[in-house]
Amino acid sequence: MNLKTFAGGLHPPDGKHYSAHCPIESCPLPDELIIPLSQHIGAPAAACVAVGDQVKKGQVIADAKGFVSVPIHASTSGEVIAVEPRLHPMGKALPAVVIRPDGEDCWDASLQGADPANLSVDELKDRIRAAGIVGMGGATFPTHVKLSPPEEKKIDTLIINGVECEPFLTADHRLMLEQSERLLDGIEILRKVLGIERTVIGIEANKPDAIEKLTQEGAARNIEVQALEVKYPQGAEKQLIDALTGRQVPSGTLPMEVGVVVQNVGTAAAVSDAIRHGHPLVERVATVTGPGVHAPKNLLIRIGTPLRHMVEQCGGLNGDPAKIIMGGPMMGQTQLSLDIPAIRGTSGLLIFRREDLPTRLEAGPCIRCGRCIGVCPIHLQPTTIAAYARLDMIDEAEGYHALDCIECGCCTYICPATLPLVQSIRHAKGGIMAKKRTI
Amino acid sequence: MVIYALLPACAVSIYFFGVPALSVLLICTLGCVAAEAICCKVMGRKMTLADGSAALTGILLALNLPPSAPWWMSLFGAFIAILIGKQVYGGLGYNPFNPALVARVVLLISFPVQMTTWTAPAPIGSGLDAVTTATPLGEMKTAVMLTGKLPELATSGFSNYLTGNMGGCLGEVSALALLIGGLYLLYKKIITWHTPVSFAGTVIIIGGIFWLIDPTKYPSPLFHLLTGGLILGVFFMATDMVSSPVTDKGMLIFGFGCGLITVLIRLFGGYPEGVSFAILLMNAATPLIDRYTRPKIFGQIEQEAKS
Repeated sequence: MNLKTFAGGLHPPDGKHYSAHCPIESCPLPDELIIPLSQHIGAPAAACVAVGDQVKKGQVIADAKGFVSVPIHASTSGEVIAVEPRLHPMGKALPAVVIRPDGEDCWDASLQGADPANLSVDELKDRIRAAGIVGMGGATFPTHVKLSPPEEKKIDTLIINGVECEPFLTADHRLMLEQSERLLDGIEILRKVLGIERTVIGIEANKPDAIEKLTQEGAARNIEVQALEVKYPQGAEKQLIDALTGRQVPSGTLPMEVGVVVQNVGTAAAVSDAIRHGHPLVERVATVTGPGVHAPKNLLIRIGTPLRHMVEQCGGLNGDPAKIIMGGPMMGQTQLSLDIPAIRGTSGLLIFRREDLPTRLEAGPCIRCGRCIGVCPIHLQPTTIAAYARLDMIDEAEGYHALDCIECGCCTYICPATLPLVQSIRHAKGGIMAKKRTI
Repeated sequence: MVIYALLPACAVSIYFFGVPALSVLLICTLGCVAAEAICCKVMGRKMTLADGSAALTGILLALNLPPSAPWWMSLFGAFIAILIGKQVYGGLGYNPFNPALVARVVLLISFPVQMTTWTAPAPIGSGLDAVTTATPLGEMKTAVMLTGKLPELATSGFSNYLTGNMGGCLGEVSALALLIGGLYLLYKKIITWHTPVSFAGTVIIIGGIFWLIDPTKYPSPLFHLLTGGLILGVFFMATDMVSSPVTDKGMLIFGFGCGLITVLIRLFGGYPEGVSFAILLMNAATPLIDRYTRPKIFGQIEQEAKS
């Protein structure tokens, strides 16, 4: 098979065997759902319910603020018991609506599905936005914004991201296998919104069953499937576009610059629900895995489900957790507590025990081996930027294109001196952005 | 890892030169380790012996010395390597020059007699006594200077050069043992092919051009390859990550420069052997090479075309 890919990257042990064979299971209702108002890139939504209100599943509980923002919905029916800051996956307490489920899980009756054929492009976009749909690969960029390129940018290709290059995660894999109908329907709607035909689903070659299934089922709808080399970060937006179309998104711009829109498979499936059934984004598939849980699973969870509840559905903790990561091991965020809720961008929950983690040696000096340069998918010189960052030489770091870093973490992973390279680069990026704001 | 890769070469040198080779190896290695320990102590830095870099520098230095090197010279070299070659710049990772080569060149200039007194190999059990001899490169240089013609050894005896049955520094003698170590490093992905291929390739091509011009005056590329410190330099000295460029393209340029300077010194310079000088000179050029071989970042091509 001819596998496409990009220059750079690496392949960490992928740990997908824990959960790749587990069919998606529906996670039962927790005792309370903590629904943060900030679950997407852009302005947080503003709460429009008060303590004591009865809400239905799918009812708006917070309104979007501005164009790059989306509303937030109740993910089950029940009573609002608090509107207050709660611990958020970002690491601090942020405003959230807390709902005590009534057990009915009753949909808001005003939500009506429609046949996409009878809706105009603008109506489709409005429904997608009203449904609160964001990029579900983890970046949570509002989908309607991606679907609204300026007039002068001609889009010719829709790329559906089914790569799932992060080790351990299998949620997208299972979704492609079990819910291909939802996914393909969503793709057809996205295609109509963009007014284009050409669609490619990119899937890493380590998921041959998904590739085969979607190739067969996609053929009738003129949807192409392309197998990609198993290499991280193959699913990073710009690397994926490069692999599939040979176009490089210019530094500092968005994929629309090269006529491409990329959507995650989970996002496409959510679009189908939003249009066909009128159901907003209130649940998603997340992989709960790692040696720290007894029975790793792919769970269909409601947004706002506490991580602890998810772990309990997977046989509970196996030993003492030493590291809890939301998302994949390469780009996910370490969590300090299991009382934090899963949000729209939560693709997985990874739990490792002390003995599963490598003994981290004390970071040594850079010996200029150049491996970070070899693996950087953006072709940066991570060690040079990191050295400037450590010295707070922000302008020099910017000169070495620190802002182009996608924070994939390949450099930190490969560094034989165990230097925290991506962390230093992130520090430099923060400094550069802060400086730009003050000018 | 790199130390393992050097073991075959160490073993061959001990086989051919016996106890003197072993003592040079031990003095250099222990000397470097001691120098590193003293430096860390005096400068109040964290003890860095565990990273193995001091021991490696010691072994590399030993391989760059003649087996007859007196003990005080080996020890002096070891301290030069660690103090002047490495620690004054801030220790591992910050030295612009290869520490072992700095020491070798200091010794070569300071003690030319001891550094160019060679003993003929006397394999263990052969019953031969150590006798003074010359290196093939040295003999060639003398012969060419005196007669304008290559001596006979430049056109024959290649199998001896391959196994190391000739006069020279510890690590100059066995091309084969070094080659095994070098291939091991490549296989383990500790080094990449860029510098070795470019360095050796340049020597073969430039050396080959001169050889074709006048084979009676200039030695063949194979002679260049198998004698002197070329293989040692190609695999173990020029590939030192700290003092060589970081990008693939940079390494190719670096290797080319090393090869060019090596051949020029061997054929036209005052010294018979030019590998150490070539690598040190290119070490000095490394920051410049790095600056001009910065990789093009993702998405930069189109941006430039547009603006």
